[in-house]
Amino acid sequence: MRTPRSILGGLFGAALAAGLAAPVFAAGEAPPPPRQAWSFSGVFGTFDRAAAQRGLLVYKQVCASCHGLTRVAYRNLAAIGFSDDEIRSLAAEITVVDGPNDDGEMFERPGRPSDRFKAPYPNEKAARAANNGAYPVDLSLITKARAGGADYLYALLTGYRDDPPPGVQALEGMHWNEYFPGHWIAMARPLYDDQVEYPDGTKATTEQMAWDVTTFLAWAAQPYLEQQRQIGVRAILFLLVLAGLTYGVKRRVWADLKH
Amino acid sequence: MVGLHKSEFRNPVVRWIDERLPVFTLMDKEYSKFPVPRNLTYMWSFGGMAMVILMTIIITGVFLAMHYIPHTAHAFDSVERIMRDVNYGWLIRYLHSNGASMFFIVVYIHTFRGLYYGSYKHPRELLWILGVLILLLMMATAFMGYVLPWGQMSFWGATVITNLFSAVPFVGESVVTWLWGGFSVDNPTLTRFYSLHYLLPFAIVGVVFLHIVALHITSSNNPLGVEPKGPQDTIPFHPYMTIKDTFALLLFFIFYFVFVFFYPNYLGHPDNYIPADPLVTPAHIVPEWYFLPFYAILRAVPDKLGGVVLMFASILILFVVPWLDTSPVRSMKFRPLARPFFWTFVASCLLLGYCGAMPAEGIWVPLSRVGTAYYFAYFLVVLPLLGKLEKPLPLPTSITERVLGGGPVPAAAAAKPMEKA
Repeated sequence: MRTPRSILGGLFGAALAAGLAAPVFAAGEAPPPPRQAWSFSGVFGTFDRAAAQRGLLVYKQVCASCHGLTRVAYRNLAAIGFSDDEIRSLAAEITVVDGPNDDGEMFERPGRPSDRFKAPYPNEKAARAANNGAYPVDLSLITKARAGGADYLYALLTGYRDDPPPGVQALEGMHWNEYFPGHWIAMARPLYDDQVEYPDGTKATTEQMAWDVTTFLAWAAQPYLEQQRQIGVRAILFLLVLAGLTYGVKRRVWADLKH
Repeated sequence: MVGLHKSEFRNPVVRWIDERLPVFTLMDKEYSKFPVPRNLTYMWSFGGMAMVILMTIIITGVFLAMHYIPHTAHAFDSVERIMRDVNYGWLIRYLHSNGASMFFIVVYIHTFRGLYYGSYKHPRELLWILGVLILLLMMATAFMGYVLPWGQMSFWGATVITNLFSAVPFVGESVVTWLWGGFSVDNPTLTRFYSLHYLLPFAIVGVVFLHIVALHITSSNNPLGVEPKGPQDTIPFHPYMTIKDTFALLLFFIFYFVFVFFYPNYLGHPDNYIPADPLVTPAHIVPEWYFLPFYAILRAVPDKLGGVVLMFASILILFVVPWLDTSPVRSMKFRPLARPFFWTFVASCLLLGYCGAMPAEGIWVPLSRVGTAYYFAYFLVVLPLLGKLEKPLPLPTSITERVLGGGPVPAAAAAKPMEKA
């Protein structure tokens, strides 16, 4: 069920989408991803905390072996409902090279909440060398850096097919995806049913994991989104009232003019 | 007391200052008593909006510059840090980046209004020319600003646009190397764009000041295009225009805020959230939306130099519009033959904008050419010839007469002119 507020937002969004977004998709030779009813879409949308927390688990156990998330710090996780203690222990799972100390030596220490997520490879060359020449991009901004955003990411993660459609020649080392521009993607299908065990007992279907990790990455791309919309609603309501009052004053001022 | 300005202000402090530096008298004369035609519509509110949005962009820009690092290795990261770690950094940046788009929306409407109502005609030629100069400076500033986040579109947009200068005969390659400060778009390019992006807005402020000075000599044009004949045709700027413009400005800010808070990246391109990579070319390099009509003109011409020349000519031609339009009648209200040509011109600009967003292939190439042809024909053929061929409707003898419902009125109302007066 779509709520009235999301329908309103959707209408404006659809009007905008009819404008400029169409050419963007037309260029990619892949179908536009289906629109999903995300917890964070619409004017009053917020990130589903439980889904985002499950999404972090999927990221850690599946994506993180190849993809970095280097713009997110552990302290940021408080925004999706992790407690200080949880954040501290999550951060402590990584080892950080720090220094130099007073003796001029670099040293290793456990991660702290102020540390950012660690990239799996030291540099792009190492990443390409380990991945058959393909570069697993950093995921910090992924939903902002792709046309279609979260819808596209979800469609991509659930869009793998075991075999290309009849008549399409298979490409060595590449994988057929319904929604990837050009369809052949270097990344193998990452999600399989029950790959992750959720502590809250949610059944880990491919779709569920894709949904959760997309929610998490959408948050990671714009952690300020909820604050942005809250301020936006207040600012626009304020302006509407002020504009109404100003219009009243304008009528009064102009009333003494004959026209 | 010889030499002091004769101030009419009673407040002793205000008076003391005003006698020595008559800013209060100036403000009173230019923004309070300043007479404007009484029939100005909301189409005349866009100039004031443009000034407010310019101030908004400059102020947010100053704060962004405190956190931004103009270096190819840090630019993208510093912008992302502004978004995530600077308090309300996302707000400052979204106000700034969307502010640029809003500035163009407002200025384009302001320009089309000038074209429709003949605001460029005698005696406002120089006022118009200063306006076109502002538009040109805005374009340069916006282009360089889009490069600063050092995303994929920043880098490749800068590469494509600076490369246009290589079409200049003989010295083209040298000019491009000089612009880049090297042999490709790189750190020297970024730092000089940053420097100029900070400098040019203040040049814009300077030209805006001259634009307003020139406006206050001739006063505003109006929807009838007939000069005020006396005090009965004008109203003081304050409170009439101040309150009207404030209302219009508030509505405009609601529009602006819908983008800032709910669709902040709609007018941008997702590729610009990918850090610049000189080794990976995006599938389609598109400029910001406000350059799309000019981009379409550039690509409509099969010859590179020809395209560059036409693209620059499409803006430069605006400078001479006051002398291309031969009609003595300002407002298109009284030029029924010119009106359809004007609206076709608006349509051709929109068509060019759409073509600019599409790949340069298939139907979009001939459509771009039709749009380009009409764009130039409007200025070079339609405006010069129409003034000589058309028979304009009778002009009202004064603004008041028309506003208060008497006098010769075109079309349907023309049947019963004199009885009412």
